[in-house]
Amino acid sequence: MPIIKTEALTHVYSKGSPFESVALENINIEIAQGEFVGLIGHTGSGKSTFVQHLNGLLLPTNGRVLMDGADINSSKKLRHEIRFKVGLVFQYPEYQLFEETVYKDISFGPRNMKLSKQEIDERVREAAGFVGVPESLFEKSPLEISGGQKRRVAIAGVIAMRPDVLILDEPTAGLDPEGCESILNNISDYRRATGATIILVSHSMEDIAKISERLIVFDGGHIVMDDSPMEVFSQADRLRSIGLDVPVVTDIATRLRELSIYVPECCYTVSQLRDAILSLKKGGSSC
Amino acid sequence: MLKDITLGQYFPGNSFIHRLDPRTKLMCTIVYIAALFVAKSYVTYGILLLMLCLSVAVSRIKPSALLKGLKPLALIIVFTAILNLFYIKGGKELVSFWVLSITTEGIKTALFMVFRIMMLITGTFLLTYTTTPMALTDGLEIILNPLKKIHVPVHEFAMMMSIALRFIPTLIEEADKITNAQKARGADFETGKLTERAKALLPLLVPLFVSAFRRADELAIAMESRCYHGGEGRTRMKKLSMKASDFITIFASLVFLTGIIVLVQFGF
Ligand SMILES: Nc1ncnc2c1ncn2[C@@H]1O[C@H](COP(=O)(O)OP(=O)(O)O)[C@@H](O)[C@H]1O
Ligand SMILES: [Mg+2]
Repeated sequence: MPIIKTEALTHVYSKGSPFESVALENINIEIAQGEFVGLIGHTGSGKSTFVQHLNGLLLPTNGRVLMDGADINSSKKLRHEIRFKVGLVFQYPEYQLFEETVYKDISFGPRNMKLSKQEIDERVREAAGFVGVPESLFEKSPLEISGGQKRRVAIAGVIAMRPDVLILDEPTAGLDPEGCESILNNISDYRRATGATIILVSHSMEDIAKISERLIVFDGGHIVMDDSPMEVFSQADRLRSIGLDVPVVTDIATRLRELSIYVPECCYTVSQLRDAILSLKKGGSSC
Repeated sequence: MLKDITLGQYFPGNSFIHRLDPRTKLMCTIVYIAALFVAKSYVTYGILLLMLCLSVAVSRIKPSALLKGLKPLALIIVFTAILNLFYIKGGKELVSFWVLSITTEGIKTALFMVFRIMMLITGTFLLTYTTTPMALTDGLEIILNPLKKIHVPVHEFAMMMSIALRFIPTLIEEADKITNAQKARGADFETGKLTERAKALLPLLVPLFVSAFRRADELAIAMESRCYHGGEGRTRMKKLSMKASDFITIFASLVFLTGIIVLVQFGF
């Protein structure tokens, strides 16, 4: 059984007012336990709206959201519990920090779960470890640490609930390349350690190409592609037509092919392209 | 929830009323309010109500949107009605029990008060629904300009008001976002005792204040780096201009107010 499934999910903002806008239309999707899914799409394509349905923050205008086969909006209790099972890290999550200390802020989620003090402490330390927040920061105010650290603290605040599904909405937006890389690595590590299902929203092709196993492409509130990164990135023209780019590496590979250097089409990360070029030198060709 | 606050919300449109100069609309609203306080009888209230309905129809604003604005004030309206109903004595006594009694005069006054409040609110909402906040403050600034002579900081007030109005939707959006982010971490804003609920607001209020101060700081820097230094010698990019239709509308509204006063004088 898929861990998350949506059936004919539709969402209309401000229905019945002059500002009515259809943000999602008839989304049918299944996500299996342990998958690493990347959501991409142009700004305003409905990604954030979609992920807020997965933990019951937004109610579908039409259709259903199922987790482990149960409609998450069927009861108020379930809708509250689902928040702990599906952890959602919002865009720019550092703006939600509010406690006096970093430690207290990370423990906000576990405290809401009514866990024991010892259990909370364990989880806070574990979550901080996953995202690389040193214990020396625990007693600092969230307002006096650097932007990158704030972001990590905010992500730790969600990881501390040990969600089965971790959703991150543009977790690298506005960070320097080094910070991006390191946060993406943290997410991969977290998944390896816990086997959690990960949904990563991004409009950076590079980020998503590096770590996702499946790509879902949104455009104007619809899903236009749902495939492996290799298949999605091979349709460069179609991606460009909806305002998206392919990773630079894919671009380079295409240019190389135009120059009759036949690297395979399935290159979308630096290491893949490097291996492909090296194997060309040796006379072989593989992906 | 938070997004339902309609105060100062503009409904885009291109009706006759939308196109009027904000100064015209401000003056007409003032005239309308004056007329509302002058009116004393079924006839004059009826005429005003007709006028209001006509204006709403011309503006093409959905009546339901206007009525929605009355909702937060329902309590005050009901309270006023009940107070007047029992307090005003006169005419025939209809019901009486214990120290309370309802008279025909009481019913009439209660009815008038309710209509006065509702028509007052609906009328001013019509102004804010058909005028952008920016146009409104610009208009207000020009109308109040003479007060500068007696050193009232009109420009500063207008600037403060337009900034405040400009940031209301931003703050509401931000509050919504933070609420959702905290809910995602299991925050509960809806259940619990009053003290618990007040405490539960902390995760919302702290980040909201932090970001409001940050925004204010950034805005001040942005304004200063574009050489803003108060109203002295400042010119406008979009000059307001009164058209023939504006003068006609103002004239008509003054004639209307005179008419109401005359009617009241003759005992209607
Ligand atoms: N709170 C809201 N109220 C009204 N419309 C909204 C709201 N949030 C998003 N929208 C609209 O819904 C559409 C999808 O937005 P969003 O889900 O934020 O897209 P993305 O995350 O892909 O940038 C956009 O057209 C946006 O303007
Ligand atoms: Mg978004």
